[in-house]
Amino acid sequence: MSELADINVLLVDDEVSFVETLTKRLSKRNLSIGQAFSGNEGLDYLSNNSNVEVIILDVKMPGMDGIETLKHIKKKYPLLEVIMLTGHATVESAIEGMRLGAFDYLMKPCDIDQLISKVKDAASKKRQHEEKIVQARIKEITNRQA
Amino acid sequence: MSNKYYNKLVRSITSTVILVSIAPLIFTALVSGYFFHTAYKSRTIAYLKELVKEHKRTIDSFLWEKVADINVVSKSYTFETLNNEESLQELLKILQEEHKGVFVDLGFVNDKGIQSAYAGPFKLKQASYADAEWFTEAMKSKFYISDVFLGLRGLPHFIVAVKKEWEGKQWILRSTIDFVYFNKLVENIQIGKTGLAFIVNKKGAFQTKPRTGVKINNSNYLDLINNDTSKSLEAPPNNSDFYFLQKADEDNVIVVISEDQDNNRFINVITTLKYGDWILIYRQDIADAFENLYRARNFAVSIFIIGSLSIIFMAFIISRRVVGRIERIDQEKNMMNQQVIETGKLASIGELAAGIAHEINNPVAIMVEEAGWIEDLLTEEEFKDGANLEEFKRALKQINTQGKRCKEITYKLLSFARKTDSRIQEIQINDLIKEIVELSGQRAKYSNINVIMDLADNMPFVRLSPSEMQQVLLNIINNAFDAMEKTGGKFEIKTYTDDNYVAIDLSDNGPGIPEANLSRIFDPFFTTKPVGKGTGLGLSICYGIINKIGGKLDVKSIIGKGTTFTIKIPVEKEINKTQI
Repeated sequence: MSELADINVLLVDDEVSFVETLTKRLSKRNLSIGQAFSGNEGLDYLSNNSNVEVIILDVKMPGMDGIETLKHIKKKYPLLEVIMLTGHATVESAIEGMRLGAFDYLMKPCDIDQLISKVKDAASKKRQHEEKIVQARIKEITNRQA
Repeated sequence: MSNKYYNKLVRSITSTVILVSIAPLIFTALVSGYFFHTAYKSRTIAYLKELVKEHKRTIDSFLWEKVADINVVSKSYTFETLNNEESLQELLKILQEEHKGVFVDLGFVNDKGIQSAYAGPFKLKQASYADAEWFTEAMKSKFYISDVFLGLRGLPHFIVAVKKEWEGKQWILRSTIDFVYFNKLVENIQIGKTGLAFIVNKKGAFQTKPRTGVKINNSNYLDLINNDTSKSLEAPPNNSDFYFLQKADEDNVIVVISEDQDNNRFINVITTLKYGDWILIYRQDIADAFENLYRARNFAVSIFIIGSLSIIFMAFIISRRVVGRIERIDQEKNMMNQQVIETGKLASIGELAAGIAHEINNPVAIMVEEAGWIEDLLTEEEFKDGANLEEFKRALKQINTQGKRCKEITYKLLSFARKTDSRIQEIQINDLIKEIVELSGQRAKYSNINVIMDLADNMPFVRLSPSEMQQVLLNIINNAFDAMEKTGGKFEIKTYTDDNYVAIDLSDNGPGIPEANLSRIFDPFFTTKPVGKGTGLGLSICYGIINKIGGKLDVKSIIGKGTTFTIKIPVEKEINKTQI
């Protein structure tokens, strides 16, 4: 559990009750959760909080939808991992999201344990990614010094 | 549409065709028939008239020739010569030689009617003609030709007489004309079987002997004659049996139609002879006179009748055939409409279902999450000793389970509505079926169902999505197994080719589907399964899938005997080629 404490998650969904309940449940499992109720809000949140590692993104939202939001996120923060959350009607778009670089997709209503494990996987992938980048930088720096 | 409608259509087409084809036929027949009839009739009548005129001339000239001959004799010889029996014999001999026996005898009669000299076969010297009609008539004019009469000798004959003056006294030179010879002149006028000619005098007495016995209603002919016939023949009075055909022309010839007691109709060509004293009548049966015309008419009429009958026959056949085709087309159209409606219904319901499913997913997700949250909270210290903790947990689990069921339903709804996410592949249907049967083998074993496969060799490849086809087959198989679950039974899968289709028959010998349900089994949400067991979407999804690839899904069911689903998938020609 302790390792999860560090994971910063952003929930983006237009269903306020869903976001709030899921926040409570995930917080209880020691995740630190940020909330956003639209694509735009999510992007704003990201620009203010650089510590977010994993985003749980609903596909179908009024205004800017999940796919559009995903494109923006991947453009600005390529290292962030995104888990698409979908109703069944939008499975195709969720898969389309994965083609655009999302980590995975989940169907509503989702099992909490499944969600947690996906989040964990995503976070560890991101951290590995970052580590590789750091090491590459170190290598570069040491090479330069040498 | 009802039979009445089609029968009415047959009738209207038939009557139109008959009317349009027969009306001009009738018109042409009537017009040409009329012209032909009148032309032929007038030609025949003209011919008969010409014939009669010719004979009139012949007979008239014969008679006046004889008068002229006697006149020449009377003028050429002296009173003494004529009043002398021997010289009279001599003259008669000459006349007979010159005229081939036309003159029978020669007599010289004084003004008292006593025949003072006679030459001929009879002994008529000193015979008295004082009371004879011809004598009184002859005394009135210069020349005289008598009617035919029996006279003193008791044989039919007539007399040609010329008046001569001698020493203030009037004498008559008379000669008898051979009746047989004269008769031949008239008798020779004969055309066809019934045409014959005869001569009557003003009193209606025959002047010639008709070839066959002619019964003449004398008064009718006399009606014609009693007018001043020396000028012209007049139309008979209206009440007579004559039907007047042509008025007298310049030669004084008229044509009338008469009818005898036996209802035979005759054409009569009538003219006058001997300055109106005699009447020459040529009579012929109408049927005989116009025989050729009537033959042609009968021929034309029979052609017309046969033609009309065949037109009517054909019109009936053709309209039957046309209406039959219309009926078939109507039926096809109705079926197509039915299918379009079915497809449209499914499409709109699919769209509706997708919307509903998506809208329901969110609240269900929230409910499940809330239940999960409560579950989370229940793990906290303050609830640990709660009396109803177990009950709470059970209820929350139930909410979770039911939420998942909702998810299951919406999932099916959505796959029903899903446009297409499956890739089309060329597949061998037999392989697919074998796979599925293997898949359901376990269930068949438990339900005591005997699965028989009867798969045709060399089945062509079809283009479809294997997973969708799997779904269809599984759905039907599962339904069949559900139906036979309690009793067990036989399930048969048969594949074969039918025209350009690959066909799959899936038959079970379960309880069958009631008639009332049969029409509804493809309707979405129609199910006979207990609540919670079936969504009623399976077969409508199957229908949608098969319909999408241009195939057909049919069902036949007999209560107590079983149900057969038939799937038909179109085979594309190019695929066939690659197979060969």
